Amino acid sequence: MNKTLLILRHEFGHTVKRRGFIVMTLIVPLIALLLIGVFQFTSGIAGPTVEAMTIGYVDELGGFQQYTSQGNITLVRFDTANDATDALVRGSINEYFVIPQDYISTGVINRYTLERQLAASPAITAAINNFLLNNLLAGKVPEATITRIEAPLNLVSIRLTETGEVDTEQGGYGNFVIPFVFGILLALSIIISSTYLLQGLGEEKENRLIEILLSSVSARQLLTGKVLGIGAAGLVQVAVWVIAAPLLLNLASSSIGGFISTIQLPANFIALAVVYFILGYSLFAVISASVGAVSSGSREGQQLIGLFTLPLLIPLWFTSLMMFFPDNPAWVFFAIFPLSAPVEVIMRLGVSDIPAWQLVASMAVLVLSIIGILLLTIRIFRTYLLMYGKRPGIGEVLRSLRNG
Amino acid sequence: MVAVEVSHITKSFTDKVAVDDLSFSVAQGEIFGLIGPNGAGKTTTIRMMMDILKPDSGDVTILGEKLSEATKNKLGYLPEERGLYRKMRVLDSIIYLASLKGVDARSAEEKANELLNQTGMLSHKAKKIEELSRGMGQIIQFIVSIIHDPELVVLDEPFAGLDPVNTELLKGMLLDLRNQGKALILSTHQMNEIEELSDRILMINHGRSVLYGNLAEIKSKYRSNSVLLEFEGELGEVPGVTGKRTHKGYVELVLDGNTTSQQVLERLVSRGMVINRFEVATPPLNEIFLRLVGKNRE
Repeated sequence: MNKTLLILRHEFGHTVKRRGFIVMTLIVPLIALLLIGVFQFTSGIAGPTVEAMTIGYVDELGGFQQYTSQGNITLVRFDTANDATDALVRGSINEYFVIPQDYISTGVINRYTLERQLAASPAITAAINNFLLNNLLAGKVPEATITRIEAPLNLVSIRLTETGEVDTEQGGYGNFVIPFVFGILLALSIIISSTYLLQGLGEEKENRLIEILLSSVSARQLLTGKVLGIGAAGLVQVAVWVIAAPLLLNLASSSIGGFISTIQLPANFIALAVVYFILGYSLFAVISASVGAVSSGSREGQQLIGLFTLPLLIPLWFTSLMMFFPDNPAWVFFAIFPLSAPVEVIMRLGVSDIPAWQLVASMAVLVLSIIGILLLTIRIFRTYLLMYGKRPGIGEVLRSLRNG
Repeated sequence: MVAVEVSHITKSFTDKVAVDDLSFSVAQGEIFGLIGPNGAGKTTTIRMMMDILKPDSGDVTILGEKLSEATKNKLGYLPEERGLYRKMRVLDSIIYLASLKGVDARSAEEKANELLNQTGMLSHKAKKIEELSRGMGQIIQFIVSIIHDPELVVLDEPFAGLDPVNTELLKGMLLDLRNQGKALILSTHQMNEIEELSDRILMINHGRSVLYGNLAEIKSKYRSNSVLLEFEGELGEVPGVTGKRTHKGYVELVLDGNTTSQQVLERLVSRGMVINRFEVATPPLNEIFLRLVGKNRE
């Protein structure tokens, strides 16, 4: 058998048998399954409840007598602030608020509580809000109008195709979930795979096995076999996730419904996820190989590679910015910049459409970077793989690139 | 046939010249000792022979050709510093590394079992490398270096770290290989260790050749004209002997220029002495080395 193939097979087998790899591959779908299970379980036993509580109020303005029951929250009227304070200290009410005489002109309500908190909880705010609103409008507008004023907007966006029909792909948060989760997974998978490569090289360098290997095969065969073998293992991992995703999604939407049922995979998602894994991994693999060759051992290599993995994670840091400002030119840059492109493109698929030229440019830049770094790596690989215990300076590396 | 032909190779690193215009050849069916102190350039020389490093100038031919993928399969190598995949099992490690030398899995396993049996390691074949002792790991690496029936075997410091039992075992296996017509190169800084094995040697210091040739000829050339004697009774004066040094258990007699060892022996026997050992003293290799290097020292 071809020696490159032998190394490929060895590295693939070695990687897929690693405990960390198996755990990572299986645990992602399992955690998803678990979450679905937990959701089903908890939604079965407990309804969405706000703790029952009593809120006192002092009506200095007058006219706030009705609507004292707001869901689980009961409102109790006090004549003076002192009475209310006594009740609060005694514990018969949880908190109280005062409607001052100038409320109509200022809108200011003073709230008194024993709790130390950042702000009133949304449930309490909503209860007080509705209580005031209902009393202010009582008798002046119909009941149905009051209900509408409480919640005047329920925005449902529908995306049309260019021919005016309802598009099958509706976008929105439901569309963003999978690309977001996949962006994280893709980054993890790329980082883990290239770390395996780095560790492997570091180990072979530290225990000098590299000499036996190089006396049997050429540096190119060794490098190619390793990169492809570990990459194939990473691809299997991504494939497991990609295949599991729609199955789990079906399971989840049929059992949970609601928001989950609006989750969908953007068009071309699976194909692009696979393509960007391959490109992203290849780029990080060649970088890892050169870092592995230059660094003195696997630990130092892992510190060095950190410089390159940071840009890969940039899109994840700016997730919320990407969601709210999807058209910012910065995203175009990150989609084309090779170190951040794999995660950026996958995540942006969930936010907006990516013009074809950007995809083409992004892939082209990735491919060119991979080829360029690969050529450089082969030049320095052999020289530095045998330099133990001492890392060459940048000047020295540049010199050997020229002479290589 | 010439197994290795090295002509005028030179290799410098940034701070020093590691190998300086070195030439030698190794024939099939001989054990060749590459000796010299630490840092003399032995390992760099070997790495250039193995195509792990490229010489700055000069040529290396292995088995009559430049080292190629095909010749790599006929070459066995035990590097100076040892290591294997720590998490891999012994048998799997051997089979994988043999496969990179072009041996198919089935014959590799057969041969591995045979060699493991021969070295008394068969019971460890399912263990992980990390469970083995250092010496055991070294035996496994030795097996790796010969499992593909190579024409040329290069062993860098083969005896370092081995106990006496394994050292003897290894020496026996090396002699067997030589008798099968293989070329063996043993590199070591412990010069005396390979004296009894080597047919020819190359002694290097600071990357340069100091001494090169047939070991027996070298030793007779550097003979110090003295004999070692173990005897019972009184020695007294012996004609032709100008000096006498007493060592533990034996005496070294230094002869004058006109007397041969044979004459001394005859004189001793004619006195009716009981002689337990009579040996023409040849200086050990490291003594020759010290003499040569000391002479060059300014």
